[in-house]
Amino acid sequence: MGLKTSESAAAGVARRRQAGAPHVRIRAEDSGVQLNLSELWDYRELLYFLTLRDIKVRYKQTALGAAWVILQPLATMLIFTLVFHRFAGLDSGPVPYPLFSYSGLLLWNFFAGAVTSGTASLTSNTHLVTKVYFPKMFVPAAAVGAGLVDLGVGSLLLAALAVYYGVPLTWGLLLLPLFVLPATLLALGAGMLVSALTVKYRDLRHALPFALQFWMFASPVLYPASVVPENWRWILLINPMAGLLEGFRSSLVGQPLDWPRVGVSALFAAVLLAVAFYVFRRLEDTFADVI
Amino acid sequence: MDAIVNIERVSKRYRIGGLHPGYVTFREALGRALAAPFRRLRGGGDEGRQTLWALRDVSLEVREGELLGIIGHNGAGKSTLLKILSRVTRPTTGGVDLRGRVGSLLEVGTGFHPDLTGRENIFLNGAILGMRRAEIARKFDEIVAFSELEKFIETPVKFYSSGMYVRLAFSVAAHLEPEILIMDEVLAVGDAAFQQKCLDKMHDIRRQGRTIFFVSHNMPAVTRLCRRVVLLEAGQVTADGPPQEVVNRYLTSTWKTGAERTWGEGEEAPGDGVVRLRRVRVRGPEGETSAAVDIRRPVSIEITYDVKEAGHALVPVVELYNEEGTEVFSTHDAGEEWRRRPRDAGRYTSAVNIPGNLLAEGTLIAHVSIMSHFPSTILRAHETNAVAFQVVDDLAGGSARGDYVGPMPGVVRPLLEWTTRVESPGA
Repeated sequence: MGLKTSESAAAGVARRRQAGAPHVRIRAEDSGVQLNLSELWDYRELLYFLTLRDIKVRYKQTALGAAWVILQPLATMLIFTLVFHRFAGLDSGPVPYPLFSYSGLLLWNFFAGAVTSGTASLTSNTHLVTKVYFPKMFVPAAAVGAGLVDLGVGSLLLAALAVYYGVPLTWGLLLLPLFVLPATLLALGAGMLVSALTVKYRDLRHALPFALQFWMFASPVLYPASVVPENWRWILLINPMAGLLEGFRSSLVGQPLDWPRVGVSALFAAVLLAVAFYVFRRLEDTFADVI
Repeated sequence: MDAIVNIERVSKRYRIGGLHPGYVTFREALGRALAAPFRRLRGGGDEGRQTLWALRDVSLEVREGELLGIIGHNGAGKSTLLKILSRVTRPTTGGVDLRGRVGSLLEVGTGFHPDLTGRENIFLNGAILGMRRAEIARKFDEIVAFSELEKFIETPVKFYSSGMYVRLAFSVAAHLEPEILIMDEVLAVGDAAFQQKCLDKMHDIRRQGRTIFFVSHNMPAVTRLCRRVVLLEAGQVTADGPPQEVVNRYLTSTWKTGAERTWGEGEEAPGDGVVRLRRVRVRGPEGETSAAVDIRRPVSIEITYDVKEAGHALVPVVELYNEEGTEVFSTHDAGEEWRRRPRDAGRYTSAVNIPGNLLAEGTLIAHVSIMSHFPSTILRAHETNAVAFQVVDDLAGGSARGDYVGPMPGVVRPLLEWTTRVESPGA
């Protein structure tokens, strides 16, 4: 028995050496931020499973399931078309207003929904945060990723509307996903940043819906940028979502793109993501203590 | 052999006080930030908050293949140490080196989602615990077989009973195959047969040369499983060694007494003008003073006392209580030799022998007394909680357990003889 134990212990050592067993160093709190990018790669499958979980849970036990993803922006689009277009006489230029507002709402709802669920993700998964180690940023990231599925489903109606309004098939349509990427990065950055801060400052939860509503009205979701008076244009310039929304629509209907503005929006998204990443890593270790 | 886990001077400080110990609202943070310069002016730096050291200077070296038990009272720092080892939180000072893959089970079924099926949860939970998808897929059938939930694997886990839930969760965790496994009392769940499987699995894991941290305040389980036990008290390691020693220390801190109690010459020993206690101790079968006693072996409780005044007939009494405060039995010397026999002055030692396979597993606390019954009953000397000891069943067989490993009720656990005879052969 004793011999057997020592033999298998030796086998254990050999196996460990062979496998190139990880050497984990746990350092004290004040030893600084470790970005640890390789760890994210090691855990990549977890991101997949968490996203899958968020998607499955969202569609399970809802009578209409995926239909909600279409019904919501559709109803909003109809109301806004009635109020802004019919009643207020808002002109959306060459693009028919229903198509105009639906395309705006589709991208905006994805962004706002991803930020909202990303923010709530950590505090609604406290058992995960306090009981097991893994890169916590995958929790808000999965929430954002699940939002992409809604966007995909909602795009089906967009395609139907485009056909209905006789939008010509152009190469510009291929660019559409290009605008989803920076919007995703932006939502990821905002979601990660606010979720990490929400762990400590709970009242951010209440401030967020208000901030997003404010942001929506400061973005050309329901109105074209052209209706904004000259001395208010700066709002659109500093708003990264404005460039993405305009670009998204332009490529939908085959209009020329304002590449510099799209570039600035993408750059903004990248910077926000980097900042959010750093802040998240910095706060991550204290989550379990304060959540 | 190198240490596979090296814990070096780890301390963890928590801030306490206020309504919300952890999180603050923006308003509070803002108010505090605004008030900060003034407070500094007044010289009070620590925000009036109290701090609590959950761990203080804890150093441990654990070798490959060791099964280390960690015991301690609630709030002693066990959970904090586990959280640090499983990297859920970081130490305030100090560091830990872990050479190998770490699997931690602070809770069974971490990340289980009630709306997902058993199959979906196996993959999710496995990924959360650090397994690769291919690895989970490879072990999937084995995991399901271990959990014995083949029929329900496509059912959402919210329809599971709590027992089924735990079985599925433990099955995933048991197939994690980490080099270092950190476990928090998961064995306290499930039915007896499943507990047996879990114990077997733990033995397997250890035999494969893996290292296990087992945290529990279930003393019988710790003493049964571990060859090395660490006692945490108020965030510090106060004992580290074989279960024998550590159990004694643990009992001492709980009951203010261990396997032996002595009163020095100058001390105020229990007693009166006639009798004074000198020593009480628990002795194992070889006569050694022992805080952890094998359930199958006899144990004796020995009382040494001085008789100061001659001419009294004396009766030593032992009352044995279990942890719940239930009196297991009371016994006194009713033998002929000293009955109604006046004693001379001098030192005496009386011992009562308790046979093996009589007491139940767990902690036992002995109250001792010296009485005189004749001509009238007088309590001469009495000590409550005089000594305490632990009865341990290491599951090696030969106890009343037989093959059963689950919880056994009852204040005693006698090994009784059973007979079965065939009444009519065939069916």
